[in-house]
Amino acid sequence: MSANVDPQAKPETAVRKPDGGKGGSKEVGMDRKEKTQGRLAALLIVPTLVVLAIVILYPVINAIIMSLEHDEGLDPVTGTFVAGGFAGISNYTHWLFQQCTGPGGETVSCPPGTLGAQFWSSTGVTFFFTVVTVFFETLLGFWMAVIMARAFKGRSILRAAVLVPWAIPTAVTAKLWFFIFAFDGIANTLFNTSILWTGSEGPARAAIIIADVWKTTPFMALLILAGLQMIPADIYEAAKVDGASTWQRFRLITLPLVKPALMVAILFRTLDALRMYDLPAIMTGGANGTTTLSILVVNQIRIGFNSAAALSTITFIIIFIVAFIFVRFLGANAVETASGGARGKNK
Amino acid sequence: MSTMTETATAHAAAAKSVARRRERWASSRTYISAAIIVLWCLLPFYWMVVTAFRDVGYTFDPTPFFTHVTWDNFATAFSSEMGNHLDRALLNSLFISGVTTIVALLFGVFAAYALARLNFRGKFLVLGMILGASMFPGVAIVTPLFQLFTSINWTGTYQALIIPNISFVLPLTVYTLTSFFREMPWELEEAARIDGCTAGQAFRKVILPLAAPAVFTTAILAFIAAWNEYLIASILSSDATQTVTVAIAGFTGSQPHQEPYTAVMAAGTVVTIPLVVLVLIFQRKIVAGLTAGAVK
Repeated sequence: MSANVDPQAKPETAVRKPDGGKGGSKEVGMDRKEKTQGRLAALLIVPTLVVLAIVILYPVINAIIMSLEHDEGLDPVTGTFVAGGFAGISNYTHWLFQQCTGPGGETVSCPPGTLGAQFWSSTGVTFFFTVVTVFFETLLGFWMAVIMARAFKGRSILRAAVLVPWAIPTAVTAKLWFFIFAFDGIANTLFNTSILWTGSEGPARAAIIIADVWKTTPFMALLILAGLQMIPADIYEAAKVDGASTWQRFRLITLPLVKPALMVAILFRTLDALRMYDLPAIMTGGANGTTTLSILVVNQIRIGFNSAAALSTITFIIIFIVAFIFVRFLGANAVETASGGARGKNK
Repeated sequence: MSTMTETATAHAAAAKSVARRRERWASSRTYISAAIIVLWCLLPFYWMVVTAFRDVGYTFDPTPFFTHVTWDNFATAFSSEMGNHLDRALLNSLFISGVTTIVALLFGVFAAYALARLNFRGKFLVLGMILGASMFPGVAIVTPLFQLFTSINWTGTYQALIIPNISFVLPLTVYTLTSFFREMPWELEEAARIDGCTAGQAFRKVILPLAAPAVFTTAILAFIAAWNEYLIASILSSDATQTVTVAIAGFTGSQPHQEPYTAVMAAGTVVTIPLVVLVLIFQRKIVAGLTAGAVK
């Protein structure tokens, strides 16, 4: 995510900024100040980085090492004990090319129904959920944000209400919608249908998507709202005077100005959706075409650590690539927006 | 002449009334939209509470208000005879989320201060790393941690749940606090020093009161994030250290082979109401904290 942050160049400009315009003579003093500040900063930041290295970097490196070894334990096919040992990239090809070990030790394509055969379908399911939920969340979130940005009596009630779905734990959300979508549940009663919601692919996916959209749209809406509120009102006034229609004002002012906030919101949500686990795990247990990559990893952990480590590494790489694409090509510059526009108002 | 002014005023009046009507239409449209959003957000939650108080026999009764009110479901939710240890799970979650929050704040406050206040090389890199860490998929660390904790007999311990939680709560803490700190009027500290305060006094009397709400809001966000965690807890917890999210996912009712909907809704209500109350009280602060990292 630090992809387009040039560690050499940008801090320079950021540092010079506060001094900018005051001439070069002060820069020497700044450099010394920078040095002492740098030492203090290191002292303050290093503990956090060390902790993060222990809880994230160490497990990730561990996972990569594990993923290069064979699963220990009884071979499910031959029934003989496998002691582990170096496996090369066979755990990766196991998932990517769906190669399993046959009864005679030869490489065969994984029989349908085994976890190994589910990698690509799970990837597809994960991306399907991600694209559909983020699409609806962006659309609805934008609408909610626009309404919340308006001044009207009772606006505080609206703002309080949207926080409720956000505050409910996802596990509870899953159980709540599982109940709503029960066969005798309120959804079927209201719409006078008799759908077995979690019983087949289409309805099961729809139920999960609806639950996810309900739970996370408010977060999206609040992020977009914050972006909307950064737009100065006089721009709209000026455009109105110039005769711009509502649609023109939206397309030519609101959209481009809210875009940075919007892209960051979409980036956050996309990365979050790609690791979706709680809702499908609790609502369907991954049945009926709702097995996401995270569910597949967890199912695999119970069978063999090493293939699970390979799969979680693949999942991590997929998410990293998506984040990279967002930051690099779609202009979702989370670092810059989050760092408070360090160029603009660094003191 | 007079007729012309008259028509002009008539026109103006007509235009004004059109504008007013349009305004009224726009505002009523706003209200309708707002009402739809409020209902969409609150009705499922309301349905959970209604069901939580409803007699098991009327689980699927579609009546939209409180009927057949009973506390039985709450009793079931806390009934250890039926295998539900919601009380223990609540304490576990409270402890795990609390310790996670405190540890994250202990480290995060200093890092955030440096990121918000000091100029140094590599600041963007550090910020990028911390943001990256906050979006890190939990599933990528759960496999090695599971193996590690199994080999050192840590599965089912509290530290086995607190340590992985730090991985996403600490980055969240740092970047939320960073954006809060950046907004603070630090000049006041200098002003206080000039007015004769010692460094300690300036910190105690000026900075602390200013920073306290920011730290408190961040603590709430961190706590909620830890409280809601499910994936890692479902793998690394034992019966004794089970968190509320795991407990609710695996609820059992009075009838075997029958989903105990009402009891689950009761448990969900117990778990959710404190959060909802907390969030509503600190609404403004929380919204600021939620969006701080992303937009400003």
